[in-house]
Amino acid sequence: MPTTTEAGEKDPAAAADGRGGPRRRWRSSVLPRHLSLAVLGLLAVTVVMETTGSFANSQLASMAYLGIAAGGLTVLTGLNGQLSLGHGAFMAVGAYTTALFLDGEPPALPLPVVLAAATLVTLLVGAVVGVAAARLHGPYIAGATLALAVAVPGVVLHFERLGGEQGLGVRMPETPVWVLDAAYFVTGSELDPTKYVAYIGWAALVVTYVLLANLMRGRVGRTWRAVRDDEVAAEIAGIHLGRARVLAFVVSTACAGLAGAVMAMAVRITAPSGFSLTLSLTLLSAVVLGGLGSLTGALIGSALLTFLPHLVTGLGTDAGLTDVRAAELAPAVYGLTMILVILVAPAGITGTLRNLWRRRRGVA
Amino acid sequence: MSPPTTATTERTDHDGGPPALFSITGVSVRFGGVRALSEVSLDVAPRQVLGVIGPNGAGKTTLFNVACGFVRPDSGRLLWKGEELTGLRPHRLASLGIGRTLQGLGLFDRMTVLENVMVGAGRHARTGFASALFGLGRGARDDAALAARARRTLAGLGVERYADRLPGSLPYPVRKRVALARALVGEPELLLLDEPAGGLAGDEMAELGELIRGLTDRMAVMLVEHHMDLVMSVCDDITVLDFGRVIARGGPDEVRRDPAVVAAYLGEEVGGKAGGKAGEGAGERAGREQRGTGE
Ligand SMILES: Nc1ncnc2c1ncn2[C@@H]1O[C@H](COP(=O)(O)OP(=O)(O)OP(=O)(O)O)[C@@H](O)[C@H]1O
Ligand SMILES: [Mg+2]
Repeated sequence: MPTTTEAGEKDPAAAADGRGGPRRRWRSSVLPRHLSLAVLGLLAVTVVMETTGSFANSQLASMAYLGIAAGGLTVLTGLNGQLSLGHGAFMAVGAYTTALFLDGEPPALPLPVVLAAATLVTLLVGAVVGVAAARLHGPYIAGATLALAVAVPGVVLHFERLGGEQGLGVRMPETPVWVLDAAYFVTGSELDPTKYVAYIGWAALVVTYVLLANLMRGRVGRTWRAVRDDEVAAEIAGIHLGRARVLAFVVSTACAGLAGAVMAMAVRITAPSGFSLTLSLTLLSAVVLGGLGSLTGALIGSALLTFLPHLVTGLGTDAGLTDVRAAELAPAVYGLTMILVILVAPAGITGTLRNLWRRRRGVA
Repeated sequence: MSPPTTATTERTDHDGGPPALFSITGVSVRFGGVRALSEVSLDVAPRQVLGVIGPNGAGKTTLFNVACGFVRPDSGRLLWKGEELTGLRPHRLASLGIGRTLQGLGLFDRMTVLENVMVGAGRHARTGFASALFGLGRGARDDAALAARARRTLAGLGVERYADRLPGSLPYPVRKRVALARALVGEPELLLLDEPAGGLAGDEMAELGELIRGLTDRMAVMLVEHHMDLVMSVCDDITVLDFGRVIARGGPDEVRRDPAVVAAYLGEEVGGKAGGKAGEGAGERAGREQRGTGE
């Protein structure tokens, strides 16, 4: 995966200054680096996907959509300093859009176009909310997005077309024959629908992360961080605060929309209960656990949130607990992990590793 | 902004001189009951260093905030190269060619020194969102050009070796230079410096003086400063504010002898001994705390 994170971590060796010190070469282009990481990542995913069973495949699909949304959120919160408690609501927009577009036999649009459409629709909704949010500050943005997270599932109930409480079933289109053939050719095994969705999710994640990493590395990311660190100084330097904030918000919600689309396909149903406040908070904890402003962190956080509950429940039953008791263990462990990270490693997992590494190199 | 322009221009300088680069005409600002500025007018000629002095709370930072669009004046006009700046917004300054340093440092703490300065160079960026998103070579080359520009500016101020450090880990005088580099890298035609010498030692201040003089081959400078030695040695012209009014203007020698100025500083010797900070002792004004934007 692309591992672009925050400024300070870049090549700390170069910071060992002195007149003759190593001068950091400015990479002529970041794209080749990000692309090669992406290819490596996809290879790794393929290996994992082919060596694990159907249940693990579906978990990997969950990790993919959490990771996509968390990646977008870490850009918004970590790089631009805007706290959104409502990204679950944007995932809902993406998910419902997907469900509606896939309704019909055969679906009116090919799958990639459906994913793009879900992203675009959410992006537009995000732009409207973002313009409003740009007028707000700190806790008020959090409040407004919180309201959104609470309101959206309720609003959905009022629309017959959206299936009310039961929600909409998501029809996965038939896997194209050429995809089946290609998969068999490469992996030597049949591609079942679960695995197909998981692959789609990871492809979407890799594309998203490459694009986000590109943005973070360049002038756009710098602009976002400048606004985060000092508004007045950023403005004097020629940055339009509102535009920078709306852009970050829109990019972030587009990710949430894509995540929602993948979620719809993975879960096979989009219902209001799937997009409760819990989802928004889950995303935020993934981002905080992993380390704010880091895509690697967002991915690690999503992995933890996907696999930890199951792992803990498994350990519980192994230790002789009843299934019910074991299932109760997961939220407790999850809560403890969260508290532990905040107390011991407030910079998140990647942030803490980064600091440790830097200290070892003796850099301030 | 279409205020009545009752400009009582009692300017004595630049009559028939070079046309002003930047003019403030009849600007008044009120904060509730406080008249922070009343009918203030001044001209900055190209490549001139104009000092703005006055006791604490005289309105100097407010004047800068008006010039930057942070504070909308109740009346008065701003002219940039002869054209009126209406509805000025701070983010437009850089592209107009106006740079500013803040009374506080205002550095981006979680960005490296180089990145701090690169943000200031945004005016020279040629590529936008799409080339950044898709990681196109164009965007990367543009970024490399900005980085090179930022490094040159840092080198010009003798702090290039700190390029990859975070500002928080650096000594105060270095951070001051980084802030200056961020303002200079945009190659402004007018630079507004708000207390650039604050927190500097004597020899550093002398260096700063030389540096400011050195800038005048490229730009005009408007300088707010309490250190009279520095002001007297680098400014071509000085405007003195007191209680939001211009009480004197002219060359350093004129201003130093002006009875109104002497009175405003309560008899403190203006342009006195090394590091003398006129105005700081004005007990009468100690109660006026300042809450300028961005400080
Ligand atoms: N945003 C504001 N709201 C209310 N009053 C303000 C604001 N900004 C400044 N003032 C008041 O306006 C007057 C001028 O303040 P200003 O900061 O311009 O002074 P200054 O000359 O820069 O002082 P110093 O030398 O201490 O920096 C002061 O009385 C100050 O309290
Ligand atoms: Mg001031």
